[in-house]
Amino acid sequence: MSSELYNDGPVVHKPTFIDGSSVEIPELKILKQDGSVYTGSDMPDMDQALAVKVYKTFVFHRVLDERMVASQRQGRLSFYMAALGEEAASVGGAAGLKPQDMIMSQYREQGALMFRGFSLENFMNQMFSNEKDLGKGRQMPIHYGSSELNYMTISSPLGTQIPQATGYAYGQKLQGLDAVTLCYFGEGAASEGDFHAGLNMAAVHKAPVIFFCRNNGYAISTPSDEQFKGNGIASRGVGYGIKTLRVDGNDILAVIKATQTARKYALKENAPVLIEAMSYRLGAHSTSDDPSGYRTREEEAKWQANDPILRMKNWLLAQNWWDEDKEKALFEKLREKILAAVKVSEKISKPHIDTLITDVYDVPSTQLKAQLEQVKAHVNKYPEAYPFTAGKF
Amino acid sequence: MAKMNMLQAINNALDIAMGENDSTLCFGEDVGHFGGVFRATSGLQDKYGKSRCFNTPLVEQGIIGFANGLAAQGSRPIAEIQFADYIFPAFDQIVNEAAKFRYRSGNEFDVGKLTIRSPYGGGIAGGLYHSQSPEAYFAHTPGLKVVIPRNPYQAKGLLLASIRDDNPVIFFEPKRLYRASLGEVPEEDYQLPLGKAEVLQTGSDITLLAWGAQMEVLQKAADLAANNGISCEVIDLRSILPWDIETIANSVVKTGRLLVSQEAPLTAGFASEIAATIQQECFLHLESPIERVCGLDTPYPLALEKEYVSDHLKIYEAIKHSINF
Repeated sequence: MSSELYNDGPVVHKPTFIDGSSVEIPELKILKQDGSVYTGSDMPDMDQALAVKVYKTFVFHRVLDERMVASQRQGRLSFYMAALGEEAASVGGAAGLKPQDMIMSQYREQGALMFRGFSLENFMNQMFSNEKDLGKGRQMPIHYGSSELNYMTISSPLGTQIPQATGYAYGQKLQGLDAVTLCYFGEGAASEGDFHAGLNMAAVHKAPVIFFCRNNGYAISTPSDEQFKGNGIASRGVGYGIKTLRVDGNDILAVIKATQTARKYALKENAPVLIEAMSYRLGAHSTSDDPSGYRTREEEAKWQANDPILRMKNWLLAQNWWDEDKEKALFEKLREKILAAVKVSEKISKPHIDTLITDVYDVPSTQLKAQLEQVKAHVNKYPEAYPFTAGKF
Repeated sequence: MAKMNMLQAINNALDIAMGENDSTLCFGEDVGHFGGVFRATSGLQDKYGKSRCFNTPLVEQGIIGFANGLAAQGSRPIAEIQFADYIFPAFDQIVNEAAKFRYRSGNEFDVGKLTIRSPYGGGIAGGLYHSQSPEAYFAHTPGLKVVIPRNPYQAKGLLLASIRDDNPVIFFEPKRLYRASLGEVPEEDYQLPLGKAEVLQTGSDITLLAWGAQMEVLQKAADLAANNGISCEVIDLRSILPWDIETIANSVVKTGRLLVSQEAPLTAGFASEIAATIQQECFLHLESPIERVCGLDTPYPLALEKEYVSDHLKIYEAIKHSINF
């Protein structure tokens, strides 16, 4: 039974190595940097409304990243992770899905959540971990999540969402839903055991999951050639018997086309797809990182010329779907709105002390209730040491 | 009522759980057609189909990651880890993911429908990798429930409660008792409460506390002590997390003495947590130091298993030590 799983390659009578050169991986490109389209390209299913929505999401993304990095530098925010230069991978993935599809992210895919309509207030309240945060102020900035928007709350441990996405998609399949799961992760996270577990199980159990690797060249400071050998992450998909697409991750049309194609295939065949989007992290890993210690300005400049947002703008201008006045007005409006939202959110109270013990279990245990009462009594005794909660319960 | 061994009782509970809900699934290594290496899932694939009861690849972190995703999606996964000794590759998916899923999302998402079953404990000549009792590792993780049954009746009622509980539960099954423990088990559906200990024998001189396969040993020691005029109160903790402090404290207030027995090594075992809490709760009622009868602080041995493990004689000696303190 098992030998039928293998292809019938030639029989040889001398030891004959195979290697990555046996698998030539094509890279899907549709849009050129100047906004023109490669001849013969298979265009994504996208009308003007969707195209403008994608572009407005791009602009929101870029302005939010810029303002939040600045806020962190001013000491207003503890931490932030920008996605400069690789916005097309996250926004494009979401744009290629249906709203009922689950998205499980790593941490640099705020673009997907923006596309889904997570409000500016929701972003702010999470980052300032105030009492209006959907996550109740429990996770560091950028760990967003929303059940309403089918966007799984982010978890810091790398790669853990990958086998979970397989399970989630398997459940969607069993219940006969018109829905898939899309799982984002970086090329660094693909070294984690969970990546291999998740892909293998998805292939074996035929789960309609799209594994979306953002290959942005770096895992903090570690370049991809110190992360893995072989032909990127795409070749791993082939090894697990998974249909695989490599795409120019800075080409929004190619990313959307790839995702739409993957979704159709995953649903029709009840099988996983791996997409590897080739991109570059133009900014730092996080506000705690400084890339000048591990790469050159020349390397960065090369990728700056590949800006995915400018590329899409050039295309939109060529379609007459966008103009410079709209562009300028949108940037200005968003800068103002975001600055105002920072000022509001940073003043909203911290979560109530009672939320220390909620959601550990469905109902707090007797022990937890006793521990909370102890803490409250202590806070009342030394109120000046606990200014966020003293006098508020 | 029917006579069942523990495996039959577990199989019966799984059958009821799968029968009542189409989104309940059983999976793990060799769990499908073969019915598991201990046969706990026998017949379930035939009855409920390959999509709901199946073999997984050999990857514990994948099994629990997959189960977490299913539970978050709204299915009711019952994942088997073939031996508790092999649960550690899944440690991250259990302690960082399952346990924190609800908390970290502010209740936007949860994996409350998850149950992890795993055979644990010694007594089958399994050496260091088929004998461990890892309950204390998980007891140190808020968000999990940890449950251990002592006989077939308990196994069925506690497992059904674990499957239906809206929190992730690790259900450790004392594999030495799988076929050795026989008892009357109702064929119909019933549940036993999680987080509640059970007083099996009332007594006045000392409280003896354990869980799982150690209950048999504890009872034997209590009988020995009774022959010597010592009256033991015997309690099965049943749930390691959250645990029933009230029942234990009430008993110790009455008897003035506590002995806790476990198969796992002494240092930082769950007996240590019980001892710390009970000395706090019952300090002025204690007549002697709390006794812990445990495995040695070594890996679980093979040839010298009898010498290593907490047995009725070691417990009996500790009872006398406590009484004569």
